[in-house]
Amino acid sequence: MAKEFTLKDNEFESRLIARRVFFAGLIILLMVALIISRVFYLTVIQHEHFTTLSKSNRVKITPIPPIRGLIYSREGVIIAENKPSFSLEVIPEQIEDVDRLIEQLSKLISIQDSDIDRFKNLLGKKRRFESIPLRLNLDQKEVAIFSVNRHRFSGVDVVAGLNRFYPLGEELVHTIGYVGRIDEEDIKQLDESNYSGSTHVGKLGIEKAYEDILHGDVGFQQVEVNAQGRVIRVLDRTAPRPGQNLHLTIDLSLQRIAINELNNRRGAIVAMDPANGDVLAFVSSPGYDPNKFVNGIDTRSYSALLSSRDKPLINRVIQGKYPPGSTIKPFLGLVGLDNGVRDLAQESWCPGWFSLKGHDHRYRDWKKGGHGYTNLHKAITQSCDVFFYILAYELGINRIFEGLSWFGFGETTGIDIDGEASGLLPSKEWKRNALGQAWYPGETLIMGIGQGYALSTPMQLVKATSSLANKGKIVRPRLVSSTSDPISNDISYLNSHIENTIQVKNQSYWDDIITSMKDVVHGVGGTAWRSGLNAKYKFAGKTGTAQVISIAQDKEYKKEEIPEELQDHALFIAFAPVETPRIVVAIIVENGGGGSKTAAPIARKMFDHFMGNNNLISEG
Amino acid sequence: MEERTIGQRFHIDFPLLFGIIVLCSIGLIILYSAGGQNADLVYRQAIKLTIALVAMMIVAQLPPTEIARWSLWLYICGIVLLVLVIFYGDMGKGAQRWLDLKIFRFQPSELMKLSVPMMIAFYLADKSLPPRFLRVLLVCIMIVIPVVLIAKQPDLGTALLVATAGFSVLFIAGISWRLLLSMGVLAAAGTPVLWYFMHDYQKQRVLTFLNPEHDPLGAGYHTIQSKIAIGSGGFYGKGWLNGTQSHLEFLPERSTDFIFAVFCEEFGLIGVLLLLCIYLFIIARGLFIAINAQHTFGRLLASGLTLTFFVYIFVNMGMVTGQLPVVGIPLPLVSHGGTSMVTLMLGFGIMMSIHTHRRFLSF
Repeated sequence: MAKEFTLKDNEFESRLIARRVFFAGLIILLMVALIISRVFYLTVIQHEHFTTLSKSNRVKITPIPPIRGLIYSREGVIIAENKPSFSLEVIPEQIEDVDRLIEQLSKLISIQDSDIDRFKNLLGKKRRFESIPLRLNLDQKEVAIFSVNRHRFSGVDVVAGLNRFYPLGEELVHTIGYVGRIDEEDIKQLDESNYSGSTHVGKLGIEKAYEDILHGDVGFQQVEVNAQGRVIRVLDRTAPRPGQNLHLTIDLSLQRIAINELNNRRGAIVAMDPANGDVLAFVSSPGYDPNKFVNGIDTRSYSALLSSRDKPLINRVIQGKYPPGSTIKPFLGLVGLDNGVRDLAQESWCPGWFSLKGHDHRYRDWKKGGHGYTNLHKAITQSCDVFFYILAYELGINRIFEGLSWFGFGETTGIDIDGEASGLLPSKEWKRNALGQAWYPGETLIMGIGQGYALSTPMQLVKATSSLANKGKIVRPRLVSSTSDPISNDISYLNSHIENTIQVKNQSYWDDIITSMKDVVHGVGGTAWRSGLNAKYKFAGKTGTAQVISIAQDKEYKKEEIPEELQDHALFIAFAPVETPRIVVAIIVENGGGGSKTAAPIARKMFDHFMGNNNLISEG
Repeated sequence: MEERTIGQRFHIDFPLLFGIIVLCSIGLIILYSAGGQNADLVYRQAIKLTIALVAMMIVAQLPPTEIARWSLWLYICGIVLLVLVIFYGDMGKGAQRWLDLKIFRFQPSELMKLSVPMMIAFYLADKSLPPRFLRVLLVCIMIVIPVVLIAKQPDLGTALLVATAGFSVLFIAGISWRLLLSMGVLAAAGTPVLWYFMHDYQKQRVLTFLNPEHDPLGAGYHTIQSKIAIGSGGFYGKGWLNGTQSHLEFLPERSTDFIFAVFCEEFGLIGVLLLLCIYLFIIARGLFIAINAQHTFGRLLASGLTLTFFVYIFVNMGMVTGQLPVVGIPLPLVSHGGTSMVTLMLGFGIMMSIHTHRRFLSF
C-alpha cells in the first residue's frame, strides 16, 4: 500500500513504456512481413493465374441506353424516329498506333478528314478504354467489308445503334428542334448515371424541352468480355425503360399548306385552337434540315446557315420581333371602349393626316385623301390611322400600356419550348430605364398604329388574338397534347392551361370589336374583302403593314425604290368561324408589302382547308 | 539558457513532416490514375491536404500539458455528440454518421479516434504505472462506450480503430500479460454475441471474406477484383496509368478504400516495398517520439496514436489483399477523402507537439 503514496517513479515508468514500445514495434514488423508475404504471393507466385484472369474472362457492367420516345403529329404521322445505324468504333487503349490503324481502315472503308478530326477531338476528351466512333452511318456493304476483315483489327468493332431521324426534314425543324451529341456543357447538366449509355441529348425545340420524358431510364447488363474488350456473353440484364412518345398538337396538313404558301419567303405562320391552346401550325420560313445536326454538322454547312441572308436558324414564330402595325388596332379599340374614352358612335374627322397642337409634324394616314368622318367600326374595317392616332392620344401611354399588357404583349406566351422572346411593350418607365429619355407625345400617337418601339412575336399575336376571339379567356399555347407509353400504349393527356380572363366593363365590347374584325373581311370597304369572297363560313381578321424604315416627311413610299429587306412586312391576324372560333392564325411575311394583299389570302387558304376537314370529320 | 533548433521553435518535427509529405505525394500521383486521370479531383484533394497540414501545424503549437487538460472535455463532448448523432444524424449510405452543423457536416466518430487515446493516456498518466485492475476496468468501460455507439451507426471500421487506439494505450501503459490474456479470451467468447448484433451487410461481408468465390458478382466482387488487380500487377507492376483492372472499371471504390489495389497493379511488389518503407519510417519516428517524451502522458499518447496509424495500414492492406473482411478503412494519407485525413494529421500534430515542447536544461 505504501507504494500508492510515493512519488511516481519516472525512471521506472519510462523503462516500462520503452519495453512495451519495443515489443509493439516487433509485432508491427511481424505484421508488415505478413503483408509483404501476402503481396509477394499474389504478385509473384500467383502472377500467372491472375494475369490470365485479368486478360481472359472479365465481367463488366455496361449501360444499355433507353430507346428515345417517338414524336407524332396530330394525325399520327411520325415526325421523329429512331433508325438503326452502324458505326465503326475504336477502343484507343487497345490500339498501338492510331494513325496507322486509320490508314489501314481507310483502305477498306472511306474515312473523311472530317471523321478523323472528330475522332481525334474525342480521343483527347474520352478515357482510353472508352469506345470512340470513327465512322458513322456505315452502309450494309461497308459493314460486310469490315466484318470480313475484323480479325485484323483488334480494338475496332462495328457497333449497331439507333440514330435519331427526322423524316420530314425541314418542315417541322423549328417546332421539334433536334438532338445532338452530348458535349461537355451537357454533361454538367445531365444525370451522369442515367445518361451513361446515351450519346445524344435534345438540343433545341421539343426535343430539348421534353428531354426528360423522351429520354427514358437507362438499363444495365453484366457481360463477360474477352481480352479485346469484346462481349462474349451477357450474364445479367436490367432492361432500360424506353422514353415516352409525344403527340404534337400540330396538324401536319395545315402546316404544309402554310409552308407552301410562304414558299421559302422569310416569314412566320402560327395557327392555334383558341379553346385549348393547341398549336395547329408552327412555321418559321425558311427552315433547314435538322438531320445534319444529329451527329454534328460540318463547319462549312453551318457557316452557310449562319451567314444566310434569310437567317433560317432563327425561330421566327417565337423569336422574330416585328412591329405589330395595324393588327394592334382591334386591341386598342377594346382598350378605348373599356376606358370610356370612346363609344361606338363617336366619330373623328380624318383628312389624311393628324398633327398635335402646336406641332407642324404631320402623322399621315395610309389613305392619301383620308377616310372622312370615321367611327371605331369604320376605323377597324378600313384601318384608319388618324382615328387611332387620336384614340391613342386620348388614352395616353399609361393606359395603352396597361390595356395591351392584358393581352400578353411584352411578355412571353409560356409555350412549351425554350428560347421565346418577350417582344417589347413600351412604357414611360421602360424608356427612362432603357434609353434614359422622357416619353414624347408623338410616340404615343404611333403606338396607335403599332409602330415605334412596340415589337411582338407571331406567337404573341396569335395568343392575343385568341384572347380576343375567346372574349377574354387567355389560353396558354402548347405543342404537345399527350404522351404515350411505348410498351403499354397507355396515353396520358396533358392539361391545357387557361391563364386568366380579361374583365371588361361591358361584355358587348367584345362583340363590337369582333363584328368590326368580321367586316374587315366581309364588310363593305374592309381591307381584306378580297380574301372573304365566297367563303362558306364567316371569319374575322385584321390586316397590318409594318414599316421597316421610316419615310421622311416629304417623301412617299415607293416600293420599287426601296431594297427588298427594307420593304414593309405584311401581317394578318384572323380567326374562324366568327361565331364559335376554332382556329386563330397570325401570319407575317417579311418584306411582303401590304397585309391585305400578301398575308390575308394565306389565312383564307388555311381556313378553307381546316374548316373543310373539320366539317367532314364532324359530319362523318 | 535553452538552445532551440528551428524545428523546436516552430514546433515542427521535420523527419515526420518529410514522411507525411512523401506519402501524400504518392497518394496524389496514384489518385490521378485511379480517378480516371481527373486533374480536378487531384487538385481538390491537394487543397484538402494543405488545409489538413496547416491544421496539424496549429495543433503542434499547443504544449502537451494544454492538450492533456482538454482530454476529459473532448471525451465528454465526443460522447454527447455521438448520442446526438443517433437522434439527429444525417443518413449517408445506410449509416447514420454525420451531424449537420449547417456550415459543414461533422463526423463525431472521427473525433473519438483522437479523444479516446487522449482520455486514457490522461487518466493513466495520473497515477503510477502499471495500472491496477480497477483502473483497467474503468479504462475498458471508457473504451467500450464510444465503440458501441459508433458500431451502432453502423461504422465497424471506425469502431475498430477507436478500440485499437484505446487498447494500445492500455497495452503501452504496461497492463499485465495475465490481464491481457484474459481480455483476449473474453473477446473471443463475445464474438457470437457480436454476430447477433451485426447488421446484415456486415454479416455478409464476413461470410464473403470466408468464401469470396461463393458470390463473385455480389458481395465477393470487391475482393476478387482487387486480388486480380494486385496479382496481375506482378513484380514490377504495369506502370503508372496502365492498370487495366482499375481503368476498365472492374475495381470498385478504386480511389478510396481500394486504392492500394490500383497502387499494386501499377507499381507491383517493388512499389509496395517502397510504400511500406515510408510507412515504417513514419511509424519508427512516432515510436521514437514516444520513447523520448518527457511525460508519461506524452509517451502513452504518442505510442497509442502511432499504433493506431499502423492498424489503419494493416487492416486496409489486409482487406484489399483479401486477408481480412471488407471494412471501410482507408489507406492512411493515400486514399481519397477528407475526414479521416484531417484526423490523422491532427494526430501527427499532437505528436509533433509532444516532441518539440520538451525542455532541456543546460548545465
